[in-house]
Amino acid sequence: MEPLTWTGPIGQFLDPVLYVLAAIFAVALVAQIVLGVATGGARVTTNPDGTLSSAGGPYDLAATATRWVGVGLVGVVLLYILAGVFGGPGMAGIIGGMSQQLIPVWVALVLTYVLSIRYKRKLGLYGKLFDSTVGMIGFALVMFWVYAGVMAGLFDWITTHESLSQVSGMKNKVPGTPLRGAEEGEYAWYLLGGDNLARDVFSRLFKGAWVVVQIAPLATLFAFMVGITLGLPAGYYGGRLDTVLSFLANLILAFPVILLFYLLVTPEIVATGIPNYMATVLFIFPLIFVAVLLNSRYYTQPSFRTPLLIVVLGVLGWIYLSLISDGGSKVAVLPEFLDLFDIDPGILVVFVSVVFVNAPTVFRIVRGLALDIKTRDYVAAAQTRGEGPWYIMLWEILPNARGPLIVDFCLRIGYTTILLGTLGFFGLGLESESPDWGTTINAGRRLLSVYPHAAIAPALSLLTLVLGLNLLADGLREESLKD
Amino acid sequence: MGLFILRRLGVMLLTALCLTFIVFFLTNLYPNLEKLAKTQGNFRMSDEAVASWLGDRGYIDNTFVKYGRWLGVAPGWVTEKEDGTVTGQCFDEDMPVEERPTFCGVIQGDWGFSLVFKDEVGSLVATRLAATGKLMGFVLLVMVPMSLLVGVLAGMREGSGLDRSLSTFSIATTATPEYVSGVIFIAVFASSAFGLKWFKGSATQAIENATFENFTLPVITIALYGMGYIARMTRASMTEVMTAQYIRTARLKGVSFGNIVLKHALRNALIAPFTVIMLQIPWLLNGVVIVETLFNYKGFGWLLVQAAGNNDIELLLAVSVVSVVVVLITQLISDIGYVFLNPRIRIS
Repeated sequence: MEPLTWTGPIGQFLDPVLYVLAAIFAVALVAQIVLGVATGGARVTTNPDGTLSSAGGPYDLAATATRWVGVGLVGVVLLYILAGVFGGPGMAGIIGGMSQQLIPVWVALVLTYVLSIRYKRKLGLYGKLFDSTVGMIGFALVMFWVYAGVMAGLFDWITTHESLSQVSGMKNKVPGTPLRGAEEGEYAWYLLGGDNLARDVFSRLFKGAWVVVQIAPLATLFAFMVGITLGLPAGYYGGRLDTVLSFLANLILAFPVILLFYLLVTPEIVATGIPNYMATVLFIFPLIFVAVLLNSRYYTQPSFRTPLLIVVLGVLGWIYLSLISDGGSKVAVLPEFLDLFDIDPGILVVFVSVVFVNAPTVFRIVRGLALDIKTRDYVAAAQTRGEGPWYIMLWEILPNARGPLIVDFCLRIGYTTILLGTLGFFGLGLESESPDWGTTINAGRRLLSVYPHAAIAPALSLLTLVLGLNLLADGLREESLKD
Repeated sequence: MGLFILRRLGVMLLTALCLTFIVFFLTNLYPNLEKLAKTQGNFRMSDEAVASWLGDRGYIDNTFVKYGRWLGVAPGWVTEKEDGTVTGQCFDEDMPVEERPTFCGVIQGDWGFSLVFKDEVGSLVATRLAATGKLMGFVLLVMVPMSLLVGVLAGMREGSGLDRSLSTFSIATTATPEYVSGVIFIAVFASSAFGLKWFKGSATQAIENATFENFTLPVITIALYGMGYIARMTRASMTEVMTAQYIRTARLKGVSFGNIVLKHALRNALIAPFTVIMLQIPWLLNGVVIVETLFNYKGFGWLLVQAAGNNDIELLLAVSVVSVVVVLITQLISDIGYVFLNPRIRIS
């Protein structure tokens, strides 16, 4: 079997086109920027009927060129992907092979976009996202990794080989190397090459996406629960409570993150059970949050409130107890047969430390928002109506702070992803054979100057995911400011 | 103002005490001490041997007492063995009895002894800090002018093509953590796979002899991640200033656009970025740890990783004191500087 080239036979026609277009695009973009500074950007003329039209000139020419060549570039890239979907690696090389493996992701993405754009007026803030180009690009990048992670992790669809299986002769092989003596039914290439233990980089990449997609949003959500539950009263009541909580938050923020990780995640500390105790404390905040949220709303109707609280808290409490109690660890309050699931202790420790690092920043944001919003008239109105402080905090202040909080949530998932990568990069927490991106980068960096492909693939994936989240946050901010 | 600074210094001291105590507590947990005893003594020590090794060196005492000793407010440990030899924290065996000090802690200027590097912690941290200072200096030299330039150019005309391309650039840099950009830079500019061997992938030699070839990649890697955030803040501040009344007045008076930006807008637009730059320095510290590990530059961040990885208690404490002091001092400077730069706050 021949080794694959990056773009395969179709590349012989498309590659020159791509290069020429990219060169033109770069020249046009530079020209647009230089002309923009030199001539003062787009000029418009006012027509007699009051409408505006473009006055033309070199700047407009460059702007038009950038736009159309940009569209052309995207078109060529789509051609590669389509060729790959239908022709596979035989037609479009490595790109084709990858795009064929990713067919379910493409289908899911196209469906999401078609449905969302079709019904965008009925979907609130989510629908408005599709009015902003930046937001759409960001959302596409994020959803690509979410779909890819879920499909690779839950259904085993995208991956071509087992993420831990080693194939002899594939150590450090470059992308597109065929397997020696591949059997029937086995995928015949290592699409993105082999790593230093002869495992398939491509499959590990998508298995790693699953780890990130699982931990990052959930950890951010927990950090938000903790930050909101503590930040609202700190901002609303002020006084001594605020001083103490702010001092604690600043204390954690003054720690260098990496030192904190080293102190929390080493095996000796894990043996003392400190991360488990921290989990016990941190994970109770969502419970408190939900309980106070429901109670403050429905305490006037005890006949409805009491059963609701019992059911909700019962379910959440059970999940909480099975989350924190773990067979071998220090905190084992729940007997084995009631324990719903066991979290891998490595993942739990990573999860706890990431929540712990993120919560103080969320606290500061929520506190600032609460300080600002509590001076508004509708809060005064609620106070006059005789609403309790927790009702005001959770049902008056919090919904009105949602805009900045949603934007920050997106940014913070990206930041959490970066933190997870940092942990992996220092070899903390997750086991060394874990496919997550940080650990893979750490494993690949030793041979970076000779075989960079094993480290570059996860590095670029992390970059695109975080970039997508940042762009998504930017789009959301833009759209939420418009109302 | 004096009272404000005094209060901030008080809070700083309290924060530093709390933080060092947390570090002290975590590093002095028994499993950590056991590992320490086994690495320093030998790996096949029995539990009793470990306990007596630790007991002889004062590790078993109450955490508060031990912390007091480290601070220098509690007398150092003194152990008299059965054969009559006396060992102590504050003196060597051959020191005359009457010259032996009772206290030896941070207050007395004694930062302790690193068990991994077999050296005084004070001098160790000082040399490594100097190396990192060099790195940070170059980073700031690259990062600050670049990010201010990007931010001002982007914020000058909101919504223009220039603004959009520069904003995308700054978002992209904030989305690229150091370990990603560092890996990409090494792969592209220093590996044989791409063939462009312009720079070196290791900065070990840069401590004595920093050259363009071995120091560019680490500096650029740290600077790039910090740059995006400062640039975005500068852009936000610049766009706000550009919509202010006095800019419109200047425009209506017929002042040229270049003059408006340079003489009228710039000075006001640079107040907010100053705070951001100061607050960014503690974040740079994080980047420094990653980059020093990646490029094998033996500075402060590298020391932190070594100390934390080997549970070198006294070294780790000194490292955390330094980093906490850096964080708190930059916060203080940013607060005071903001008041001085912004006359609106100073007057009210």
